[in-house]
Amino acid sequence: MNFDLSKKTLREVNSYLQNIDLKSNQRDFVIKNPLGNHALCAGLQDEIKVTIKGHVGYYCAGMNKKAEVTIEGNVGTGVAENMMSGLVHVKGNASQSAGATGQGGTLVIDGDASSRCGISMKGINIIVKGSVGHMSAFMAQSGNLVILGDADEYLGDSIYEAKIYCLGKVKSLGADCIEKEMNDKEIKHLSALLEAQNIKADPKKFKRYGSARSLYNFKIDNVSSY
Amino acid sequence: MSEIKKNLKGFSTFPHDTIAEIQRSAREGIYQIRGLGAKRKVPNFDDLVFLGASASRYPLEGYREKCNTSVVIGDRFAKKPITLDIPITIAGMSFGALGANAKDALGRGASAMGTSTTTGDGGMTPEERKSSKYLVYQLLPSRYGMNPDDLRKADAIEVVVGQGAKPGGGGMLLGQKINKRVAQMRNLPEGIDQRSACRHPDWTGPDDLEIKIQELREITNWEKPIYVKVGAARAYYDTALAVKAGADVVVLDGMQGGTAATQDVFIEHVGIPTLGALREAVDSLKELNMHRKVQLIVSGGIRSGADVAKAIAMGADAVSIGSAAMIALNCNADMYPEDYEKLGTAAGYCHHCHTGRCPVGVATQDPELEKRLEPDLAGKRVKNYLATLTLELQTLARANGKSDVRNLEPEDLAALTVEAAAMARVPLAGTTWIPGYDK
Repeated sequence: MNFDLSKKTLREVNSYLQNIDLKSNQRDFVIKNPLGNHALCAGLQDEIKVTIKGHVGYYCAGMNKKAEVTIEGNVGTGVAENMMSGLVHVKGNASQSAGATGQGGTLVIDGDASSRCGISMKGINIIVKGSVGHMSAFMAQSGNLVILGDADEYLGDSIYEAKIYCLGKVKSLGADCIEKEMNDKEIKHLSALLEAQNIKADPKKFKRYGSARSLYNFKIDNVSSY
Repeated sequence: MSEIKKNLKGFSTFPHDTIAEIQRSAREGIYQIRGLGAKRKVPNFDDLVFLGASASRYPLEGYREKCNTSVVIGDRFAKKPITLDIPITIAGMSFGALGANAKDALGRGASAMGTSTTTGDGGMTPEERKSSKYLVYQLLPSRYGMNPDDLRKADAIEVVVGQGAKPGGGGMLLGQKINKRVAQMRNLPEGIDQRSACRHPDWTGPDDLEIKIQELREITNWEKPIYVKVGAARAYYDTALAVKAGADVVVLDGMQGGTAATQDVFIEHVGIPTLGALREAVDSLKELNMHRKVQLIVSGGIRSGADVAKAIAMGADAVSIGSAAMIALNCNADMYPEDYEKLGTAAGYCHHCHTGRCPVGVATQDPELEKRLEPDLAGKRVKNYLATLTLELQTLARANGKSDVRNLEPEDLAALTVEAAAMARVPLAGTTWIPGYDK
């Protein structure tokens, strides 16, 4: 089923996709002329597939549950923010705060992601085939951020239990973020994440970063870290 | 007091508590973290009085003539605005900062009076959803527990930009309050300090906020009223920007507003008093021709029906109470003296919400302490307190000849101090003088 956002309103399209008649067999949808609309496909809650033919604005597929959304273009700020489950695949580049606070599901970005990718992530898997901007995985709580390109400065600042895997160069690490051992268990874990998205890369070549856990409880001796 | 002490003159610059704090800082090398709101005295609603009826205004008969207290909240854009029976709501307080029994009791008390309660930084608990007739769901920078299902279960959504106790500051729930359930709701390990960020992760500034609000409306079918909560900093501009961003409701929290835990220096020295901030926010709404179209809810130091009436007379549509509601639950009640003593404090002085060792079972996750707060009984106390505030509010409205509390107006007020006259922009009692205001 096709929607044309030059002919239908954002509300009409979102409302239809958010309230799918489960008795119907219609599960595949295409949205043409997204015209940079914000909040397109936000709040989807069923196992449907949506392909967006073009660029979108902020919060595309925000708070997604179960749906598989593919964007054949670039995305604005906060793609898949607070995603709960499902898959969001960006074939272009992503603006800042991609996957922010995401709690589950997978976000794949074929291009680059700007600053704060994975900020405050809470269980989501984010795979960026290009590079990520500064302060990515800031205060990341759980989940995995996989970067096949480079990471800009302050990667993983104030990170909690999330894991970061980076194939390229890391300009600098943020407070309390350290390089960690890439042991067999981690290689297996990363390998599964890559294979699930049919990404061919050698997991052994990645470096892993995570929390030193030295800032978990406030200590006056750590004050210079803040 | 000894004979020697009677003849000694203290330092006005260094009173006893200042000396003690300097010496504590010297010992420990760290600022003081505490809960609740500002302890310093600031100009407040006590500095205003109502004029009452006179030859030019006639009063309504108490106990006989009706005085409406209901208010519709969120009818600017939302398909399903809320009609509250009373213009007094319960402010956002997190599960984590408060125990589940306290959240449950607040919901019961508010529901019994036909008003709303609000979640907090820890997400929505099933107990508070079940017990709350109207529940406002907060979207905070941390997004702890945020999910679209709870968003849709809510009756309204409050985007928190800031709070009065700490405008510009985030939060810190210390590890001692993070039990298994709180940790699970926040996706973090037990026992570690949980920082709540000071700004949102996916928007910056009012233009982004407008788009964020659009997203929230799209997810919830444009049904829910969207509130924007700001701390009292630049209330005139913040109100205008919230309106511009598409808010249905502006929540303005003055510096007397409480918190679960933050630095004492933040609580006492950042933000402005509710009195001055309220005047600024009303000015802003009137200039935009949005007064009474975008509802204004004011909080921060509301204690009595008189405070409620004065806030409404100055232009608020409703008020919100946090610390006072906790006090109704028994916060700082004169019981369990030995437990206050263990914290180094006493009833009436306690601000140790951050420790998790709340002697009365309100701000704790300790199962034994929590038992001291029985939700049904505590909920009745909250209901009684809200009922008292409402009766006081109606009493004052009738005395000023109003059949609807929202007909109270600044012309019903006089100020007792020059500062209050300037801040509230009402004349100093017995004069026509409003300092700094040239008609």
